[in-house]
Amino acid sequence: MTSLLETVDLTKQYAGVPVLDRVNIAADPSKITSIVGVNGAGKTTLLKILAGLIAPTSGRVSVHGRECDQDQLRSHCTMVFQRSVMFGGSVRDNVAYGLRINKTPNSEIAEEVQAALAVVNLEGFEKRKARRLSSGEQQRVAIARALALDREILLFDEPTANLDPANSMIIERAIKESAQTKVVLLSTHNLSQARRLSDRVIHLYKGRVIEEGEAASFFASPKDERSKLFINGELQF
Amino acid sequence: MTRRISGSAITKIEASVLIVIIVGVAAVATYAYVTFQSPGRERLIVSTTTSLYETGFLDELKVKFEAKYTNLNVSFISQGTGLAIQTAMRGDADMILVHDPAREVQFLQGGYGVNRKIVAYNFFIIVGPSDDPAGIAGKSPAEALSTIKFAGLNGTAVWVSRGDDSGTHSKEKSLWKSIGLDPTNLRAEPWYLEAGSGMTATLKLANEKRGYTLTDIGSYLLNFNNQNIDLVKLVESGKSMLNVYSVIAGDPRNANLTKANFEGSMLLIRYLVSNEGQDLFANFGVKDYGQPLFKPYLELVESNSDPELIQWIRDLAFIDGSECPDQDRYNAAGLYSMELTPPVLAVAPFAVPREIESWILSPKA
Amino acid sequence: MDPITEGVIRAVGLILSGDPEVYRIASLSLYTAGTGTILSCTWSIPISAVLALRNFHGKRVLKGLFNAAIGIPTVALGLYLYLVLSRSGPLGSFQFLYTPNAIIIGQSILVSPIVVSFSASALESVDPELRDLARTLGASDLQTYGAIIKEASWGVILAVMAAFNRAFGELGIAMMLGGNIRYVTRLLTTAIALETARGEIALSIALSFILLAITISVSVAVNLARKPTS
Repeated sequence: MTSLLETVDLTKQYAGVPVLDRVNIAADPSKITSIVGVNGAGKTTLLKILAGLIAPTSGRVSVHGRECDQDQLRSHCTMVFQRSVMFGGSVRDNVAYGLRINKTPNSEIAEEVQAALAVVNLEGFEKRKARRLSSGEQQRVAIARALALDREILLFDEPTANLDPANSMIIERAIKESAQTKVVLLSTHNLSQARRLSDRVIHLYKGRVIEEGEAASFFASPKDERSKLFINGELQF
Repeated sequence: MTRRISGSAITKIEASVLIVIIVGVAAVATYAYVTFQSPGRERLIVSTTTSLYETGFLDELKVKFEAKYTNLNVSFISQGTGLAIQTAMRGDADMILVHDPAREVQFLQGGYGVNRKIVAYNFFIIVGPSDDPAGIAGKSPAEALSTIKFAGLNGTAVWVSRGDDSGTHSKEKSLWKSIGLDPTNLRAEPWYLEAGSGMTATLKLANEKRGYTLTDIGSYLLNFNNQNIDLVKLVESGKSMLNVYSVIAGDPRNANLTKANFEGSMLLIRYLVSNEGQDLFANFGVKDYGQPLFKPYLELVESNSDPELIQWIRDLAFIDGSECPDQDRYNAAGLYSMELTPPVLAVAPFAVPREIESWILSPKA
Repeated sequence: MDPITEGVIRAVGLILSGDPEVYRIASLSLYTAGTGTILSCTWSIPISAVLALRNFHGKRVLKGLFNAAIGIPTVALGLYLYLVLSRSGPLGSFQFLYTPNAIIIGQSILVSPIVVSFSASALESVDPELRDLARTLGASDLQTYGAIIKEASWGVILAVMAAFNRAFGELGIAMMLGGNIRYVTRLLTTAIALETARGEIALSIALSFILLAITISVSVAVNLARKPTS
């Protein structure tokens, strides 16, 4: 059975240096799939390729069994980056950005924005200047912004790195909620977060998938030596 | 990871204020500009000399001419005579109004101009510091320049040249040549300064350096009255100091000049030689300077009050016995009917009866 | 009274009395510089976007050329354009010479390197992640450019202001292409040159104060419109 999102032999090279090497993954809705690994393992690159922001050197990505090019991927996915970039303007301007591009009627926009902000505990923040918020609040706005688009596939690149526990909790809760109906891929090097959130885990090391499987069994008894080291916090790049 | 501050986006309020400012400025500018337009008028571009321009005569001419010919909008472009002629050769001016007979001839012979008319004259003068260190007061122009050169070599005098290829500069160069000196060699001499500018700037430089210079009477009076300079007139007369102003229309048959406003040029030329135009010359400057800055040429010829002067003018500015050779006349009906026939007074081998004499000299009907 | 004081007093007098010729000269300066700047923006801002946001061979050389062209001497540019716009030149049939249109054309070319270079700079300093952000939120290429330009808008505006000031205060092009014809192409700068040559120093100073006053007012107004970023 094909998964909603699949990759086949995804490879990315920069000037002959492989950052991703024949990566094969699969992800389905109602499950959170974590991509774990040390810094520089290729997590961000993988997510950006899935998001349609970077072109792979070779290999393919398919959604619903059909191979997609970058434009098509961008219509299926949206990504939240490690540090959020806010557009100048209000929180509402930010959250509504994608909706405006889709020419959603204004009456609907207001509702959608409200709903999205509610998920990240930012009700009533519509008129605030986005750039004046704290970094935690900004990241939450970024998540609301992504959620408002209602895309099938959500990609989170270390979304709570550098955030305090309060913000992290709110964000994790929002991710969990959204995963009920969507495909969610989440990259992190935070083990506890991975344990808390994941249904499936993919361990990426030097651009290769060296282990993948159900989260419970990954953390309880990892098969690869390097996974064991990683879980113990001893794996070096 | 350090946070990169994004660029500065513009808010709606800021944008609105900006737009108000821009629209406001634009509205003021365009409104004022449009209200000052002279709509529906045809353009006539005259390239002319800086000396005429700076006296303000052309401003008055424009007002009077446009009052009479309401379909024309005259623009005077003031450049040195050399440049004025080049502008007309390129077709960027419709006609020229200059004071350099030698180059006017070239303009005609080059096929660029037609229908030349002499309209006015005055005299150049040599001015200098009131204490006259070289002692040239009252001398003839040739003697004065000679004296200045020796004084210059002695370090007691300085000469300032226009140095800008203008009509005045041409006259100055011909004066030096007449006493056997080559102006291009003089340029290297320490007592010979080149201003490279218009007449006012040259006069001010001469004033500053307590030097001598050649100037037309109009520019001198203008600047003296304004107290820009306190130089005094030292050499005022002489055939070699004659300054003759002529107009030439651009030849519409010339490849560069097909877009020239020939009809407009002819209207202005005819205006300048008409009584009204000639009166403009006669009266300009009397109010402000107590004497006219220009003298009308045709009135001089009509009245025949100074035959010697007329002869001087013809010696200086005529081409093969007339102000405009036949082959350079074009659609010029009636323009040359006031012409003198070749001089009979001076060379008549026999006595001419008085009645015939006056008939020959009076304007043809 | 020294010429400067006399000049200031005369300037105030000219403005308050509504001297029509002075207003005409000033408004013509505004008109030519403003129109020239706006005209330049129509091609300069897209060029700056391409220069900042796309990669191509020779990009650095092109940027260097634009940077160098910022300081082109106005008389040189005026001279070349004069030969082009002359009735006997390639664009002679438009008969632009000695009209405000020629000045507008000349000034628009003069200030283009300023708009291109400064705008490209502003665009480049926009967070590169903004591009990915716009794209992942569904923006097309054009919309992405729009987002980046909007992000850099104050930088672009300041570039345009600098361009306008340059056009407003330049002499060489206005003189060469306009001819300083009274009522037609006489601007503040050319009028100042003329009156100085005529020895009317006080009037020149008065006009120069008006020129400075306008330049400063417009700049101040634009800067005031910008709220301080926190």
